[in-house]
Amino acid sequence: MLDIHNIVKQYANHKALDDVTIHIPKGKIFGLLGPNGAGKTSLIRIINQITAPDSGKIIFDGEELNSSHIGRIGYLPEERGLYKKMQIGEQMVYLAQLKGLKKQEAKEKIKYWFEKLNIESWWDKKVEDLSKGMQQKVQFVATVLHEPELIILDEPFSGFDPVNAQVIQDEILELNKKGTTIIYSTHRMESVEALCDHIALLNKSKVILEGSVKEIKDKYRNQSYKIEYNLKPTVSSILTEHELWKNIEQVNNEPNTLMIQINEGKTLNDVLFNLMPQIEVQQIFEIVPSMHEIFIDKVTDKK
Amino acid sequence: MNKILLIIQREYLSRVKKKSFLLTTFLVPLFFIGMYVGIFFITKSSFEDSKAIVYVLDNTKEIGKQLKNTDQITFTESAEDLNSQIQEIKDLKGNTNILLIAEDFFKTHDIQFLSSGKPNINTQSDVEAQLETILLNYQYKELNIDADKINTIDTKVNTAAKEITETGEAKDSDTRIAMGIAMGLSVLIYLSLFLYGAQVMRGIIEEKSNRIIEVIISSVKPFQLMMGKIIGIGLVGITQFLLWIILSFTLFTAATNTFINKEDLQNEIMQNGAQTEGAANADFISNISTAMSSVNIPELLISFFLFFIGGYLLYSALFAAVGSAVDSETEANQFTMPITTPLLLAYLLSFGVLINNPHGPIALWLSFIPLTSPIAMLVRIPFGVPTWQIALSFIILVAGFILTTWIAARIYRVGILMYGKKASFKELIKWFSYKG
Repeated sequence: MLDIHNIVKQYANHKALDDVTIHIPKGKIFGLLGPNGAGKTSLIRIINQITAPDSGKIIFDGEELNSSHIGRIGYLPEERGLYKKMQIGEQMVYLAQLKGLKKQEAKEKIKYWFEKLNIESWWDKKVEDLSKGMQQKVQFVATVLHEPELIILDEPFSGFDPVNAQVIQDEILELNKKGTTIIYSTHRMESVEALCDHIALLNKSKVILEGSVKEIKDKYRNQSYKIEYNLKPTVSSILTEHELWKNIEQVNNEPNTLMIQINEGKTLNDVLFNLMPQIEVQQIFEIVPSMHEIFIDKVTDKK
Repeated sequence: MNKILLIIQREYLSRVKKKSFLLTTFLVPLFFIGMYVGIFFITKSSFEDSKAIVYVLDNTKEIGKQLKNTDQITFTESAEDLNSQIQEIKDLKGNTNILLIAEDFFKTHDIQFLSSGKPNINTQSDVEAQLETILLNYQYKELNIDADKINTIDTKVNTAAKEITETGEAKDSDTRIAMGIAMGLSVLIYLSLFLYGAQVMRGIIEEKSNRIIEVIISSVKPFQLMMGKIIGIGLVGITQFLLWIILSFTLFTAATNTFINKEDLQNEIMQNGAQTEGAANADFISNISTAMSSVNIPELLISFFLFFIGGYLLYSALFAAVGSAVDSETEANQFTMPITTPLLLAYLLSFGVLINNPHGPIALWLSFIPLTSPIAMLVRIPFGVPTWQIALSFIILVAGFILTTWIAARIYRVGILMYGKKASFKELIKWFSYKG
């Protein structure tokens, strides 16, 4: 859907984006991750053609990005707001018209979305009469109204209560199911695993990690397992062969649990074979690093 | 292009539909009409207040007879002595006076004028004027001069002030009227450039602090948003001007017809000013109309609108740049000051240098520099400016606003995305040089 090639953006005394190359596959939810100041917003603004890169190019659906694509992109900025004194309905129509919709068409679509989110009664209200969460809902509608093929959401859940956050998350997933490509930018990792298929991790203006969530997590698996067991009656303590593991430790508060990181070249089977005479295995979990851990790991590593 | 129209439409309608717009549009003319009616009634009642009674204690036994009653003053010869006369009037309300004429008045010219309240200056000077005439006639007689003959002497000079135009023909000219028009225009332009320029700035600060700006500029170019806003608000200004002109005219006519009976007014004027003054008034009115005919009204109106629009575009672009660079109006002051200084300078100079020497070098320069020309050129036009100068000045103004708009747009597109960053002039120059 979107191919970002070697984008460089230089501000007076710092580089916001340094040779950034990202491939965003069609129909996926793409997580654009990174700590504050990593360059996420700069990149998003370039995709939205709010600012232009110093060098590099962006290919949108096979064509070089140009102003005719504006109507095919929906953008929910992190810094968002609406005209306070303007009626909601009128304001939605205005924003939709700016995206290239006809007035009548815009009205129908707004009605559809307002009914869907149970906010029909807000049409004549002014923004200043709504709570912050309600404004966010309206803003979300404004983002998706013109049925864009690419939706860019910059911290979409900030300011939502858990109930409404779920409503919005469901809508995002539904849109994605219909084929919309979504770029989801955040520095909060909890929701990434639930939502994203692919991610790119930006840190200090550079891409430091990119790929599908599954691949990345696979890459970060390091053969760590948690094993819960019962000791066999005749055994007083567990002995394993040293060449099998890198790390082994008893979990403090759980007496019959151990954590083990297996050496390269060895498998879980080897370990179990070795342990079986001594214990009855009850449960085994693979310790897969969460995106959160990978994020922290990668970002702090680079410092 | 279509999007710019949408923005203009929103900026225009959202302002025109506001209650405050209707309020100012209707209240300002009402306010002026109210002032007009108010002044009329106050003046009228002050005429009535000044009706005076003067008791004359005439020790010469000659002058009392010669004092003539007027509409304002009724003279009554009193036979009582001063003290009892004082007792009589001291508690009276209104304009009651005692005129005590000394026995040797023709030598000493001494009188005493005692009033029941504060002495009324008009009454006093009217009485003095009558006494002076009496003295004058007395002295003519003493010197054996025929007073009637003296009155036939006429020394009035009639001046026909004409200005030699380039074609060599003489044209009627009256600088006083030109001055009046020039000053009026300079006030109007100055106030309106400020008023609507500041509205552009406020609108941009609002969008920035609302955080809607990023949503909008993901759909349109920052330049489109800026120009849409400037043009939309400019149209609001023009609408307001037209409504003011129409409303003032209708209300003024209506007020003149309803509240003020014209004959009354004329009588009032005639009776108050002595006959000679009435004649002077008529003279003055005819002077005005000849002078007005010497000013080219269509040229003036067209120039007014052209220079208003040009000046507005130039200054509002600068205001827009300031609005984009700051987060609040209070922060904007440090930037608006230098921007508006040329305007203020032209405005202040227009009351002195420009009007006194409308074709001098300072006036000439100021009327070509685009930052000052909207005021300076309009001040000069009533005094007669060659068309090529007006055209050239306007072309420079257009070039000026294209330049300021270009500069403003470059600052604007960066500024609107800078939240919570304190901007300095150095910063603005840096923004200006950003690419893309």
